[in-house]
Amino acid sequence: MTTDIGIVCFPGSNCEHDVARAFGALGASTRILWHQDDGIGDVGAVVIPGGFAHGDYLRPGAIARFAPVMAAVADFAARGGPVVGICNGFQVLTEAGLLPGALTRNVGLRFICRTVECTVESTRNVLTARATAGMMLRLPINHYEGNYTCDAATLGQVERDGQVLLRYRDNPNGAAHGIAGVANPAGNVVGLMPHPERASDPLGVGTDGVVLFESLLEAARTWQTVGRPSEPADAAN
Amino acid sequence: MSYDIVVEIRGLAGLADPEGLAIERALPSLGFEGVRGVHVGKMFRFVVDAPSEAEARQTAEEMCDRLLANPVIERAEIRVVSDGSVERP
Repeated sequence: MTTDIGIVCFPGSNCEHDVARAFGALGASTRILWHQDDGIGDVGAVVIPGGFAHGDYLRPGAIARFAPVMAAVADFAARGGPVVGICNGFQVLTEAGLLPGALTRNVGLRFICRTVECTVESTRNVLTARATAGMMLRLPINHYEGNYTCDAATLGQVERDGQVLLRYRDNPNGAAHGIAGVANPAGNVVGLMPHPERASDPLGVGTDGVVLFESLLEAARTWQTVGRPSEPADAAN
Repeated sequence: MSYDIVVEIRGLAGLADPEGLAIERALPSLGFEGVRGVHVGKMFRFVVDAPSEAEARQTAEEMCDRLLANPVIERAEIRVVSDGSVERP
């Protein structure tokens, strides 16, 4: 029996159960992956949730990326497996070099916790595949270091190659081009600052995040059935 | 030999430094006029045991590349501040 979604938990992660609950509501099976695990098992996708992994010491994500489980996540990503980092998870993925750029302090030097409007840009990735370009999503943000930064050449590339998947309508943190989420060139690794799991229940701030998790769940199940490369030795560890 | 090393981490030139800017704007209200170019960074200080200063510096450089600095947004400046006779803490 395979698991749809593996959710990485570091010391200081605090959104892993929210993510599990949101996927559970879609009928997905989930499993928490401990940061000291050497492998990620037979999951169809990996989510690195929000929080303050290792206290955000040094830089957000800087310590977490050396966790044993991250070697397995990097290997999974290199084989085309779907990987999504939310908020602190986005920071972990940039520190790990799995996504371009970096997240620096919000330009207003304030921790921002509110629901913002984002526009779906590219849908050529595992998180917005089922959304429509141009649609508006209301999603909560909750961060101090969400100011997306990269050099001019990288910025040109992510815009040109459709790696920008989500853009703030009213740039709250000073992010370059208002980028709220970015994918790797292949579209299987995605990071975003907004929290879709907090917009996945009608009793919360709406359900605009559901389409994103539906996209990832579909990518996870596709990976389980047809996406896996033929029997790599470590696929079932 | 033991070498006392200071690493200074600064944001890359051109990168927004809102903290430095906020401090710079606060200074005139305390009477410090004519201060500009305020930047906020990080400093690390540690002792490296190595056969030579060059090797101690090499170790520090690798530490910066792999952990202490994020080259996407930061640059590191390494100074060896002892002659190798530092007392180990």
